[in-house]
Amino acid sequence: MQVNFEELFLSKIDKEIKIEPKDWMPEKYRQTNIRQISQHAHSEIVGMLPEGAWITRAPSLKRKAILLAKVQDEGGHGLYLYSAAETLGISRDEMTDQLLTGKAKYSSIFNYPSLTWADMGAIGWLVDGAAILNQVMLCRTSYGPYARAMVRICKEESFHQRQGFEILLVLSQGTDEQKAMCQDAINRWWWPSLMMFGPTDSESTNSDQSIKWKIKRKSNDELRQQFVDMAVQQIKVLNMTLPDADLKWNDERKHYDFGAINWDEFWQVVKGNGPCNKERLDARKKAWNDGAWVREAAIAYAEKKKKSLPQPLQGGALKTA
Amino acid sequence: MLIKKYYYGDYGEIEGGVSSNKSETEFPLWEVFIRSKQGLDHKHVGSLHAADAAMAMENARDVYTRRMEGVSIWVVESKYIHASNPDEAESLYEPSMDKVYRHPTFYQLPDEVNHM
Ligand SMILES: [Fe+2]
Ligand SMILES: [Fe+2]
Repeated sequence: MQVNFEELFLSKIDKEIKIEPKDWMPEKYRQTNIRQISQHAHSEIVGMLPEGAWITRAPSLKRKAILLAKVQDEGGHGLYLYSAAETLGISRDEMTDQLLTGKAKYSSIFNYPSLTWADMGAIGWLVDGAAILNQVMLCRTSYGPYARAMVRICKEESFHQRQGFEILLVLSQGTDEQKAMCQDAINRWWWPSLMMFGPTDSESTNSDQSIKWKIKRKSNDELRQQFVDMAVQQIKVLNMTLPDADLKWNDERKHYDFGAINWDEFWQVVKGNGPCNKERLDARKKAWNDGAWVREAAIAYAEKKKKSLPQPLQGGALKTA
Repeated sequence: MLIKKYYYGDYGEIEGGVSSNKSETEFPLWEVFIRSKQGLDHKHVGSLHAADAAMAMENARDVYTRRMEGVSIWVVESKYIHASNPDEAESLYEPSMDKVYRHPTFYQLPDEVNHM
């Protein structure tokens, strides 16, 4: 019996038929998806913090409105993803708990501080840019609700990257001070952005099975290379440089070679020792705790309203309870 | 015909779909349906948590129609959705498989009237 279910599952994967929530799936597939989708959701939510910090300091009303819209989008992305994870049988509260207790991770990139206005540009261009490559791939992931959430998210993401690049473009054509600010932001965000794709393929423990199950469709290194190749072209428009002396076109590979990534730093940040890990978690905990009375009041209000509503009787007549 | 009741339109209690770690104050889950423009059906777009219908409606507007994706919203609490069981898909849809005469292409007509 079990064998048949497994074969059926694998043949669907093979034929590019999406797996839907009530279909039989291996427990490991369910757990892998729960882990990946919920951590993706946490990243969207925590990702609102470095940019949210600049909403009050945006240089113009236009920039403020744009940044606000972008950060609001990220909150929506978190919701789409939490909902997708919930179809696999984990509750929203449980996911929140996993985030707040540090049991679940989120993308390490958000443990870096956003120091200047130019960081809003670099985050949009590089961080959203890296996320988009991953998310475009995930539009074809094998789990239906995850793929649908990704399609929705991708539609909204390109505005994020474009507004970021535009911020940098304006700075790159500004005063010497603005140009320096632009370059400085790129220097600080470049390497952490490369780390966003995760460990190299030889070190990545979950990758193999995820590719077989078509949860992931490309390896970490493939996506990272794609990102480097694109960024090298785009930065020319900014007349800035990427902080890597080893960046060089490799005619054999038909790709750009790039320098060694500081994996030690990556693991340090993953383990909680990044510049802002504590600050980010504290901000999430505070938001959750401060909102407790609002959640309780909303439930109480809903209960009260339910009681005061006319209740339909068996025969269809109405009666006030 | 066997239609099982599920806690949520997409996952079922039989698989342990209802998580135990749910607090008393977790808002119920709602499904959101949106009419993208006048004249089209409402289509399922996603879900959200809300304390009541009014909040579900407001949240749906905020997250699912930020870019004029819709002109009308339906919200329904997920627990009221009954879903068919995928394990019975075969017996449920098989009877329509062998009725090819339900399709217009089944009928061979002379060229003169074949646009019919
Ligand atoms: Fe996002
Ligand atoms: Fe984004």
